[in-house]
Amino acid sequence: MEVLLFGIAKDIVGSSSYRFNDKEPKPLTVKELKGKMRQAFPELGKLSSLAVAVNSEYAEDHTSVVSGDEIALIPPVSGG
Amino acid sequence: MNHIKKIEIVDQIDVSQVYDELSHANSGGVCVFVGSVREFTQNEQVVALEFETYKAMALKEMAKIADEACEKWQLNKVVIRHAVGRKEVQEPVVVVGASSGHRDGCFEACRFLIDTLKDTVPIWKKEIFKNKEVWVSSTP
Repeated sequence: MEVLLFGIAKDIVGSSSYRFNDKEPKPLTVKELKGKMRQAFPELGKLSSLAVAVNSEYAEDHTSVVSGDEIALIPPVSGG
Repeated sequence: MNHIKKIEIVDQIDVSQVYDELSHANSGGVCVFVGSVREFTQNEQVVALEFETYKAMALKEMAKIADEACEKWQLNKVVIRHAVGRKEVQEPVVVVGASSGHRDGCFEACRFLIDTLKDTVPIWKKEIFKNKEVWVSSTP
């Protein structure tokens, strides 16, 4: 399971994507995914917001995630 | 109504093309907003801005905004275009616009287009100062 990273999230993790270790249990929902990411990279917890996109749509905490989904962390947007 | 929408993420914005894109025989008004790089932010001198995007999602979100604007107002044409990459002071970074039969519709739509884009579209802006770089709005 891979997570795409942009903006400050990319800087915090130090890479444009993050892959969950195959040996560990994978997150089943957006909420679990955010929790695991924040645990691995505590700086993510200091952002003013952190959303998750599943298959390029904003996802709710209860949305389930499976391998093969295109998953992305969306730190606070600042276009315009 | 048959709306014509143009949604793009580009390396460079040419503001001179937008009138042709928005003008329409049934439009009595064209309204455009151009966002550009400002030299000072809270008294600190900005050297440049750098934009990056999650393109597939950003295009989808921009299309949703254009659709919503066309539901709210009677618009003939809508343009939403954002630039990515490094942009120097005074360079345009975003252009949004609409045309409609009368001016009220396009004025209101134009404000909605830029305000909603800033809220929802996955584009990120880094301010580059002489001695530091800051992702805008990232921390409280």
